[in-house]
Amino acid sequence: MLQIDTITKTFAGAPAVRGASFTVDRGELVCLLGPSGCGKSTLLRIISGLTDADSGKVRIEGTDMTSTPANRRPTAMVFQSHALWSHMTVAQNVGFGLRVRGLAKAAIAAKTATVLDLVGLGAFGKRLPSELSGGQAQRVALARCLVVEPNVLLMDEPFSALDAHLRKSLREELKALQRRLDLTTIFVTHDQEEAMELADRIVVMQQGKVEQFAPPGSLYRNPQTLGVAQFIGAMNTCTTRLHLAHADWYGQTLHLPLTDGEAALLCRPEDLYRSPQGAKAKVSRVIDLGPLMRVTLMTAHGDLLTWTCPRDDAPDTGDDITLLPRRLHVFRDGVLLGLIDQPEPALLDKAPALETQP
Amino acid sequence: MKRTPLGGLLILGSMALAMLGPILTVILWAFAVKWRYPNLLPTEWGMKYWGAMLGRESVITPVLTSLALTSIATTTAALICWPAAYAFARLKFPGRQMLLFSFIAAQAVPKFALFVSISVIFLQLGLVGNFWGVVLVQMLSAVLFMIWIPTAAFRGIPPMLEEAAFDLGASRLRVFLMITLPQAMPALAASYVLAFVSILFEVDGALLIGAPSVTTMPLLLMSLSNQIIVQEAAVLCVLIWVPCFAVLLLTRRFMSAKGIAQGFGG
Repeated sequence: MLQIDTITKTFAGAPAVRGASFTVDRGELVCLLGPSGCGKSTLLRIISGLTDADSGKVRIEGTDMTSTPANRRPTAMVFQSHALWSHMTVAQNVGFGLRVRGLAKAAIAAKTATVLDLVGLGAFGKRLPSELSGGQAQRVALARCLVVEPNVLLMDEPFSALDAHLRKSLREELKALQRRLDLTTIFVTHDQEEAMELADRIVVMQQGKVEQFAPPGSLYRNPQTLGVAQFIGAMNTCTTRLHLAHADWYGQTLHLPLTDGEAALLCRPEDLYRSPQGAKAKVSRVIDLGPLMRVTLMTAHGDLLTWTCPRDDAPDTGDDITLLPRRLHVFRDGVLLGLIDQPEPALLDKAPALETQP
Repeated sequence: MKRTPLGGLLILGSMALAMLGPILTVILWAFAVKWRYPNLLPTEWGMKYWGAMLGRESVITPVLTSLALTSIATTTAALICWPAAYAFARLKFPGRQMLLFSFIAAQAVPKFALFVSISVIFLQLGLVGNFWGVVLVQMLSAVLFMIWIPTAAFRGIPPMLEEAAFDLGASRLRVFLMITLPQAMPALAASYVLAFVSILFEVDGALLIGAPSVTTMPLLLMSLSNQIIVQEAAVLCVLIWVPCFAVLLLTRRFMSAKGIAQGFGG
């Protein structure tokens, strides 16, 4: 449906997008997720045709659109700050795309009314944009795009200017609408929760590069790069060195069947459990999250460790406890080296001598 | 409860009086036949002097000349300056800031000196004492309003508004006509009004380039001010204001007063 093929874009010497490639299926909602300045908005503008790529190709329905100007591409974009035209009524805003396509007045009126009903603003046609709330304005902006029946709907952080509660309800509305209309959608956001909730698949971008393209759950469970692992959800990161398949993990030696060398051992806060053979740590803070407790610990090396545990498992502040990871994500040079479930603590007499962290 | 700012009202009142008082006096004089001290208002009203003034060809010709001259000069300046202003706002080209600044720099030089040097050139071109010569030189008075206000207005339109229209399928020309122009309209109208008024009241250029064959309303007014009949000058004053109000009302017709105020920076 939509094919992004090694797109590259540089602004005044600074690379904004570096060889981004991915393919979006029909009816799929894909989120471009990444910190601000990672190139996700630039990539969206390249898909829309508002920005030209330096190299690479954009294909829609198999047709190369790379050199097609924005006004002749079958895409429509919802901007961050709605970008409604203040001198036109809501109906005129929505009907604009049809008007420039040369439709008859009656047809424009009928289609505009249908689409406004679709976004729940059927009675607002005669209003001016200045008479709308932020959420309503963004719905009009969406209607303005839907009315031209784009092959690909593009959304550039459309809800980021709205308050959290409204954002959540609009998100749900959008998802329902997108499913109903079977709309292929690219949604740019820096908000993980938003991406997780909306997306069928997520493109995680960092420093202009596509780090990983996967469904939300898989991104969380199987991050393929260190960047994704540290960006999606929380992680405890322990930088260490593998030697003869063993590594020091916060003062405890673990058996890890991987090749020797530098490694980063990452563990989700909920993937820790108490074990007598675990690494020693002192509880410095316990926060009640309601269903769960978040425990902050200080290891023997002076590293901070976060543990999310069930209420009845929670220690008290000042307790000395020992913890082991249930699952370790091991990275070397930023790339996944291995995923170790239930890594075993090495017995003292069997463990090889390790260089421990200073 | 909302407090009435008494001090503010007082300042506003005195400002209104200072601005409208002289105008009101002139209007009263224009319709007064007899008005002698110590009467607060004219003792005899009438259109006597209107008839007398409008009956004279030496009055009618400058009125028509001024109207034609101002309309042509202002409209031509708008057609040239507004696209230029759009270029200043949206395009990046070498020397842009310098060029933009030069329009202000030209205003810093005494106009009269500028017109003297222009008249030397115009004399060689046969444009002195010529209607079109005056049109040309008076367009200069409009350039500042016609470039600076619209440039600021075009700059103030978020590019996103134009992009959204382009993205939805409009051509570049349609984007300009349907989005950019209407968005800038209040400011453009304001610049038109300001330029129209400044050209209508312009004296130096009209005098140096137009004399002796082209006489405008302000020039006529100056020559009349030496005479003793106050009413004749007052009638002419009111006559000059009429086109100004007409232009203001015309711009009001296609936009709100709020829009015009916005255009003026209010």
